[in-house]
Order: sequence, then structure tokens, then C-alpha cells
Amino acid sequence: MFPTPLEKRPPAARTMYQAVLPLALVVWLLPLLAVAIFSIKPGADFTNANYWGVPSSFDFVDNYGQVFFNSDMPRYLLNSFTITIPTVIGAVALSAMAGFALGIYRFKANIWIFFMFVAGNFVPFQILMVPVRDLTLDMGLYNTKTGLVLFHVAFQTGFCTLFMRNFIRALPFELIEAARVEGISEIRIFWYVVLPLMKPALAALSVLIFTFIWNDYFWAVVLTQGPESQPVTAGITAFNSEFRAMYHLMSAGSIVAALPPVAMFFLMQKHFIAGLTLGAVK
Amino acid sequence: MTYAAVPQTEIKRSYWQRNQQTLAPMLFLAPAVLFFVFYVIYPVFQSFNLSLYEWDGLGTKEYVGLRNYEDLYYEYIDRDAFYTSLKNNVIWLFLYLLAIPAGLFIALFLNQTVTGIRLYKSLFFFPFVISQVVVGLVFTWFYDPAFGFLNVFLGWFGAGPINMLGDERYVTYGVIIAGLWPQTAYCMILYLTGLNAVNPEQIEAGRLDGAKGLRMLWHVVLPQLRPATFIAFVVTIIGALRSFDLISIMTSGGPFGSSRVLAYYMFEVALSEYGFRMGYGAAIAVVLFAIMMVFIAYFLWSMYREEKR
Repeated sequence: MFPTPLEKRPPAARTMYQAVLPLALVVWLLPLLAVAIFSIKPGADFTNANYWGVPSSFDFVDNYGQVFFNSDMPRYLLNSFTITIPTVIGAVALSAMAGFALGIYRFKANIWIFFMFVAGNFVPFQILMVPVRDLTLDMGLYNTKTGLVLFHVAFQTGFCTLFMRNFIRALPFELIEAARVEGISEIRIFWYVVLPLMKPALAALSVLIFTFIWNDYFWAVVLTQGPESQPVTAGITAFNSEFRAMYHLMSAGSIVAALPPVAMFFLMQKHFIAGLTLGAVK
Repeated sequence: MTYAAVPQTEIKRSYWQRNQQTLAPMLFLAPAVLFFVFYVIYPVFQSFNLSLYEWDGLGTKEYVGLRNYEDLYYEYIDRDAFYTSLKNNVIWLFLYLLAIPAGLFIALFLNQTVTGIRLYKSLFFFPFVISQVVVGLVFTWFYDPAFGFLNVFLGWFGAGPINMLGDERYVTYGVIIAGLWPQTAYCMILYLTGLNAVNPEQIEAGRLDGAKGLRMLWHVVLPQLRPATFIAFVVTIIGALRSFDLISIMTSGGPFGSSRVLAYYMFEVALSEYGFRMGYGAAIAVVLFAIMMVFIAYFLWSMYREEKR
């Protein structure tokens, strides 16, 4: 192990480390802690310029109640869920099939199709912006959640296919050959042999895509407007202009908006990290 | 006898059964490829084409050849806007790379086994999971000249107050610091998983040879972390060139357009109050794409070499 494990260091170093660790964490998360503190302060503290002092009262329920019952926030949250979940299902399904095709079969265009997915995945959003917005307008899907979902599915398929294909390549190929000898059709091989083995990849990608799509801001701004279809990342700017200078509510709103992917991460940490490292770093 | 039976069954097998080895991959690929070509590949070419036109998004397109690019080059439309954005993109690109050593540093710091270290690791990773919009808001308040913690902190040392986001000299750096926060967390997690796979025998061998500290890191550990470093480079460079959310949330490109980058400038030109100059915007996007293409080509080439091995 590198660096030298603490057990092999003098006891003083150990105590040092254990003292520095929480301190480092507090410094690292300082901007976030500040927002968390802001979000439980009463509004009066901000008009009285009591920004960093002790909160004059503990207004957790009031502030978060405001966010949930007295603003468009629940609407935006719901939109985010109805955009994110279909996207996850769509992108994972498409890429599982594409990854299977690219991972198992040998044909001439294989590597070029694979590279198309990889390259497309790295393309700057701006070069897609005008045509995709036009396309969505032409299909009558501008400012609808469907329009956003369709684009997200297509774009995320690039990354997901890269991941799936590499994962399938690492599976034991003998399994598939054995199934073929038995005369099982290719479609059944996919469904009954490969798909069950892909569960870790499916989980990793689902968590990861959930976070990516939940946190998307650019496409939400380009393809939607207004509370009826905007997800929470775009909605929060509207929320903030409604509660201008009411920092306790803006903070509470931000925390609410950030929470679902955070919860997702803590629940499925192992899969999340496996996804982030593209499965390349084991 | 069995020899003769083979052709007979061969005839009975349907077209699908005979050709499924070639048909199956096409079938499995079709939906993903269609979606991807329709929404990603084709629009890239549309943008290339559009950059040769002048178009307000509604009326008829007027073919102007390379004039949009000339306008960028000579800055006929917005004084300095294009070059400021380009310069800021370069600053972003270089400073963003600091996330890699910073991430490595934190990963080395956290690569210990004490009680609760797993929780610490996930909490350090926290910033990456939050949306950039929230990161932007959090840092905007952190920098706020009236109440931001930064100035409270500087006040303890008798320095400041500085208006990080209101000052043309600091604003880009302020936004980049906000961006480095989640990016460092990302690189950290890449290295933490990488460090798990480092071969302990080589470390021991290195120790016996008297290597320690930085020499050990450089000669023994880092070579084994190469895959992690590669991915860290890829995601950091792409992230730097994609920077949009933070700028949009924190500064809207201001003050006086001094924190614009190409990605944001393009959006401004094509879709905001500055008017709907789609062709001009497309030309900016093409420039950004060209810069990105250099890196994409390099990444693909590295991957291609890996595949060949």
C-alpha cells in the first residue's frame, strides 16, 4: 500500500492524521456547509446582516416547508424525475443491445461504429445546439419533456455503449460459443446468457446516467422553458429570481435540488464508482 | 449417412436461421445507431453547413460563404468577445488540469485504513455528485462581497474585501476554482480506485531498494496509475472545454463579457437577448469543435492502439 500505512508509522503520526482528517473535510466542504447553515436560518438574520453568527432561531421546518408547499419547486422536481427515469431506461436499453453487438460479433465496420459512439460522446454540446433545437421544434416537441428525453437518450447512448461494449468484451466468450453449439438463437443468447451477466454494468450505468441527466442544465435551457416542463436545474434560476435576496430560501431550494443524486450516490456507491472509472480502473 | 443429412436440414432452416450471425448484430445496433446518427452525428454536419449561412432562426437562410469566420477573425460584430472567449478557454484548459495533481494528492491523503475512512472518502467525493448549477450558486454566495465567507476569511488576515466575480481581473479564476472543486473530487475517486490496484509487491521491492516518498511515487506508483491518469486527462480536458453551467450561473459571462468562454459565447450569440444569429453561433461552435477534435483524435488514437494490442 502507498503511502505507508499508518499502522507502520509512529503513534504520533496516527493521532495527527486522525485530527487532521475531520478538519480537512470541513475545509473541503466549507462552501456547502455554509449553504446548509443558511438554509436553516430565519430570513430576519439576513436583513440584520447576521450572516455568519449563530442563527437567531432554528427555521428548518419553515424554510423547507416554504420550498415544498409555497413554490414551483415540487413541480420542477417531478419534471426532473419524469425526464431522468425514462432517459435512464432508454439509454441503458439501447446501449446494452449496441454494446452486445459491438462486443460479441466480428464484422468490418465494428471498430468504426464503436469509434463513432466514442467520438460523438465527446463532441461539444454547442455544435449540436442549433440543429437539435430546430429538430425538436419541427417535431413539435419544443418545451416538452419528451423532446428532452429523446435527445438525452440519444446522446447518453454514446457513453453507455462505450461502457457496455468494454464490459461485454471482458466476459468469458466460451459461454457464448457453448450456447451457439447448443443451437440457441442469438437473440436468446443476448437475453438469457449475456444480459444476466451484465447486471453490474446495468446498475453502474443507471446510477451514473441518473446523476448526469438530473444535473443537466444546458439542454434544459435550450429545449424547455417554464415550470410545466423544466427540470429542477433550470427551474432553480426561476426560483431564485422569485425569492431574490432571500438567501435562506434559495439555500434550502438548492439543497433540495441537489439531494436526489446525492441520495442515489450514497445508496449505490459501489456501482457509481465502477461506472465513473469506466470500468477501466478496477 | 449423417453426411447426407446435413444439406437436408440446411434447406429447411429459415433465412433468419442461416444468416443470424450477420443479421443479429445489425438488428441489435440499429436502434442505437439510428438515434445517435439522428441526434448527434447528423447535427454536427448541419452545424458545419449552417456556419456558412446567415440565419435568424425563423426567416430564410442567406448563404454567405466564410463570412461568419471572417467576422470572428476580424471581430466585426463584437469587439474582443471572440478572442476573450478563446483566451479564457485556454486558461480554463490549463488551470483545470490542476484537478489531476490535486485529486492525486487527496487520494494519497485518504488512502489509509482508519475507522470511518469510507465515509470520509464519499464525503470528499460529494462535490462531484451535486449539479454544477448548485455548485455555481454555492460559490457565488461564497464569493459575495457583502457576506461571502471568502471575505470573512480574508478579513481575519486583514486582507480584502475582494469582489471576485465583479472584477475583470479575477472573475475567470474565481469561476475556475468553483469548477476545480467537483473536478478534483472526480480525479480523486479515479486515483483512489487506481491505488487499490497498485501491486503491493512492487511497493515492497521499492522500499527494499530504499525508495520512498516522492521518488517512490514517481517511479513505482505513478506508472501503475497510468490508466487512471489517462481517464482523468480525458474527463478533465473535455470538462474544461465544456464549461458552460458555471459561467451561466455565476457571471452570465460578465462583467463586460470578461468571463465568457466559447461555449458560453456561442449560446449568447445564438439564443439570448443578443439576438438569434444562428450562423455566427454555428461558426463559433465549429471553432470549439475543431479545438476539441484535436483531443478527441488523440484519445481515439490511444484507444485504437490499446485495441490493437
